[in-house]
Amino acid sequence: MIAPVVSMVVVALLLWLAVWSVVAHDAFLAVAAFVVYGLLLALVWVRLAGIDVALTEAAIGGGLTGALLLGAVGRLRRTEAALSTEHAGTGTRIAAALLAVGVAGGLMIAVTMLPEQPPTLAPLVVPALPATGVGNPITGVLLAFRALDTLLEAIVLVIALIGVWSFGPDHAWGGRPGPRYSADPNGMLAYLARVLPPLGIVIGIYLFWAGADHPGGKFQSATILAAMWMLVQMAALADTPRTDRNILRAGIVVGPLVFIVVGVFGLWTAGAFLGYPDGWSKPLILLIEMALLPTLVLVLALLMNGPATRKAVP
Amino acid sequence: MAEFLLSAAAFVVLMVAIGLVRVARGPGRAERMMAAQLLGTGAIGALLLVGAATGEGSVVDVALTLALLSAFASIAFVKFAMRQDQPAARAEDAL
Amino acid sequence: MSTVLDVFSIVAIMGGAFFYLAGTVGLLRFPDAYTRLHALTKADNLGLALVVVGLLPQMNGILAAAKLILVWLLVMLSSGAVSQLIARSVRRQEPQ
Repeated sequence: MIAPVVSMVVVALLLWLAVWSVVAHDAFLAVAAFVVYGLLLALVWVRLAGIDVALTEAAIGGGLTGALLLGAVGRLRRTEAALSTEHAGTGTRIAAALLAVGVAGGLMIAVTMLPEQPPTLAPLVVPALPATGVGNPITGVLLAFRALDTLLEAIVLVIALIGVWSFGPDHAWGGRPGPRYSADPNGMLAYLARVLPPLGIVIGIYLFWAGADHPGGKFQSATILAAMWMLVQMAALADTPRTDRNILRAGIVVGPLVFIVVGVFGLWTAGAFLGYPDGWSKPLILLIEMALLPTLVLVLALLMNGPATRKAVP
Repeated sequence: MAEFLLSAAAFVVLMVAIGLVRVARGPGRAERMMAAQLLGTGAIGALLLVGAATGEGSVVDVALTLALLSAFASIAFVKFAMRQDQPAARAEDAL
Repeated sequence: MSTVLDVFSIVAIMGGAFFYLAGTVGLLRFPDAYTRLHALTKADNLGLALVVVGLLPQMNGILAAAKLILVWLLVMLSSGAVSQLIARSVRRQEPQ
């Protein structure tokens, strides 16, 4: 009796937040609504028994995307005045409305036309899971059954980072991204940035380790670690990293590189790219995860930092 | 017991929803910054209650993540607001 | 024994819910940003603390209970510091 009421309240709230974040005049307010929406969605995922997704939503949708959007709003401030004086013509508005209604209607029809028993591979995954050595079926799918997808996703992230870096001015290539943050070294923010990151690092590493058999894993862990690093930067306890440091670049590529090496190793020993020989499954998965962790942390943090804008002094 | 915990969680979520009205109406930027704070304590409370009701232990991990990330989001908001207040001057942040 | 614990949990969680209500009422009704911050941070945190205390007997195992307390400590630390930050940023916005 309680559960449907809760669900309806949460759904109504989410709809209101979603609409609000689109129609809000102030960009700051829109981003605040979006962050609240992301954090609340994590609650929804928990109710739907998707704990891993809830973790990712809380980490990415809540904190990281919010920070990213705020950075974008900051850069867009200069164009905001010009944008607010633009008025779309009636024809454009009608076309936009029709398109939006069409897409929403199509989605609604598609959802209602879903088969009663949704097609799912879960019955096939569960018996095969013990062979992978991990207890969390999501980790098993991501790193054993569909490891190729994870590899390609990691490569896409690295390419995205290179794309973001290419937006920086030529003279600053290899320099430090973002502005030089300033904060009182004895102030509250510096205090928080000294106390919170150690806790965050421990929690992040714990989530990484727990991902083998419980909800968690490298992605959520990397998000927490990247957020802690950003916190240290925002409190001016450390400057943004120089993007021409070899160790930074090595950290960015180590994940996909190790992944590919393991894949070739599988080709050689088990007859298929990314095949795991018997008994080697768990150690290889662990190796891939440990290599992907620095990649993800660096890529996420650097994506939030943006392209290099300050030439590094040699 | 589980029913009670779930209703308590529903109540907390309702409180968060009502609190968001202030975030929406709040005349200043501070009210918007409070949004992440409000969600932080509210959603975490609701999550812990739901986790205890369903017996799923890993919900506490979600609460941990939410605690860290909502703090991070709040700080990002505050930093952003500070930078908007002093776009040109590199004043010493008395934060 | 378990009924005593259950009653304790129920009482504590209802106390926590009351403080959440108080915090939201304060957030809506207080006149300016500082007092609203006060209501939000203090009352909501107290609500969370009571909820955590109430849930402790419901947890199975010391590790689960310890994680619960860790969540509470983390929220206390971060919300205390963040509310200070928000208050200072509001103060600096005011015309001197």
